[in-house]
Amino acid sequence: MDQVAIYAYQIGFSFGLFILVSLGLAVIFGMMRVINLAQGEFLMLGAYFCTIITQAGVSLWIAIFLSGLAVGLFGILVERAIIQFLYGRIVDTLLATWGLSLFLVGGITWVFGPQTESISSPLGNIPVGDYSVSQYSLVMIAFAIALLVGTYCLWRFTRFGLVVRGTMQNANVSASLGINTSLIYMLTFGFGSMLTGIAGAVLVPVIGAYPTLGVGYIAKAFITVISGGQMALLGTISAAGLFGTIDGIVAYIGSSVIGEMSVLFVAIILLRLLPLGITGKFKRGV
Amino acid sequence: MALKIFALDPPSTPPKWWWWLFVGASAVILLLMPEYLELYVIIDLTSYFIFALLALSMSFLWGYCGILSFGQTAFFGLGGYGYTVLALNTGDTTGSIFFALALPMLFSAIVGYFMIYGRISDIYLSVITLVVTLILEKGIRATSGDQYVIGSVRLNGQNGIPTVPSLKIPWDTSVEFSFEGFFQLAVVLMVLVYVGLRMLLLTKYGRVLVSIRENERRTELLGYDSRKYKLSAFVLAGGIAGLSGALFAIWGPLAHPQMFGLGRAADVIIWVLVGGKATLIGPIAGAIGIEYLKLWLGTQGVGQVPFFLGLVLMLFVLLFQQGALPSAGMVLAYAQQKLRRR
Repeated sequence: MDQVAIYAYQIGFSFGLFILVSLGLAVIFGMMRVINLAQGEFLMLGAYFCTIITQAGVSLWIAIFLSGLAVGLFGILVERAIIQFLYGRIVDTLLATWGLSLFLVGGITWVFGPQTESISSPLGNIPVGDYSVSQYSLVMIAFAIALLVGTYCLWRFTRFGLVVRGTMQNANVSASLGINTSLIYMLTFGFGSMLTGIAGAVLVPVIGAYPTLGVGYIAKAFITVISGGQMALLGTISAAGLFGTIDGIVAYIGSSVIGEMSVLFVAIILLRLLPLGITGKFKRGV
Repeated sequence: MALKIFALDPPSTPPKWWWWLFVGASAVILLLMPEYLELYVIIDLTSYFIFALLALSMSFLWGYCGILSFGQTAFFGLGGYGYTVLALNTGDTTGSIFFALALPMLFSAIVGYFMIYGRISDIYLSVITLVVTLILEKGIRATSGDQYVIGSVRLNGQNGIPTVPSLKIPWDTSVEFSFEGFFQLAVVLMVLVYVGLRMLLLTKYGRVLVSIRENERRTELLGYDSRKYKLSAFVLAGGIAGLSGALFAIWGPLAHPQMFGLGRAADVIIWVLVGGKATLIGPIAGAIGIEYLKLWLGTQGVGQVPFFLGLVLMLFVLLFQQGALPSAGMVLAYAQQKLRRR
């Protein structure tokens, strides 16, 4: 029984991690079709903001939201300075954001040094039979689900969400209906960055903040969103569910590296069978 | 004329006489270099020419087939490790070089089959090759324990394999290549690959590749199976990258997980982009120039080279799409036109 609970916890944790790191990318890449290779560095920035704010004496929960906001604003800055000139030129976006990624890793290492800045995990452990489970991991899973549901509701039930979805489906028609598409692109990019910033901040107590943090998660994020396919959120949930299960079980039995490799293996096979991703057969949507 | 050589050498037309002259003369000058230069300069230059091979494989694939593969470093690393492990086990360095060509080709054929025959779009191909590279690096880094042994060779994880055997002369296996000899070997291979790719692009096969880059669907409607062409180009580029990796490991002498790393992958892209991906000579110049810039930044005590490389990359994508040499060529051509009008 304990064994089952531990497996469920492992899978849940993996699933939450996949959702957290890929949700921002699902918005930026899945919906906007902007390949943002600096996504991992947005995660890293969120982690650093959160560390700095908590070290200044602010409680972790407020720090998480503040860092989300800060990374969101940073995302808007990036969109205005770089991305807005490159819409439609996918390969160029990819290269420019890679440049941004190197720039940020170099800059942060310069300022903070290569060591890991860590803050203590705020909650204790819960015993599950012979094992114990960190309470904070459960909070992390809750955060992942809350962000997911929040994003879905924002896109599905608000006027802003409707405008965003319309703009992403056909920018010309939206523009001719009087929508400022440039502004919408900017805000959507900012929103995606904010989600990533929050994810980075939520991860800090578990993994700490270090300059090359992003590199470790960017692969996870991209395979999740690509395998998800056309429908950014639904696809991400299903891909994260699949990969989270595989990763959770394999990583528990073997090691985390083997877990990640098996996820990649499954993803490549999956894309051979379903080149447009899990939701490729559906129309574009949320 | 000199400008034309660098910037506006259209690779799908047969080369003019001055191109042969240029290549021949450069080869002779490069081969004579060890007579006149200090040993440490020769050793540095060797690594630049080895990188130039990697840059060539990238510009062939990206500039002429339109496939932006981040996996070139994966094949580079596989070549390095393949050579090292086999040469340490058997002692036959010549055979190991061929193995270092074959292993990345096999690997790229497998990965390429799934991607290209799956007809995933070009941009997904880029991202998936990136992911493959990242995960290979992670995998190699995790092999630090005693249980990770191939034959009699420990893989050593993070530390890499420092005992890469030097290359021996194929017809007399008791003699190793000297530093000068190895330099000349790198020059010969670079020139051969450069001329070989240039000639390949003139054949019907090369023209089909270029037409796939221009418009894949139209090429298919003309009756060419674009998947076959793309896959073969992918495998060929993988082989060249593997050769470069083997030479780099010998040069080290070190086979290190960093060979697979994202930093190296970024370097390759920057070389090709800065040099100008629509030429084959540009990326060679880019590789040499950027590596020299990195060395210079290092000696200036600037700690964070990636910071500057990132700036260079963003700047070139946003402002100088064509790369440095072609951009300079275009500016000069424009100035010339203006002057003529007066």
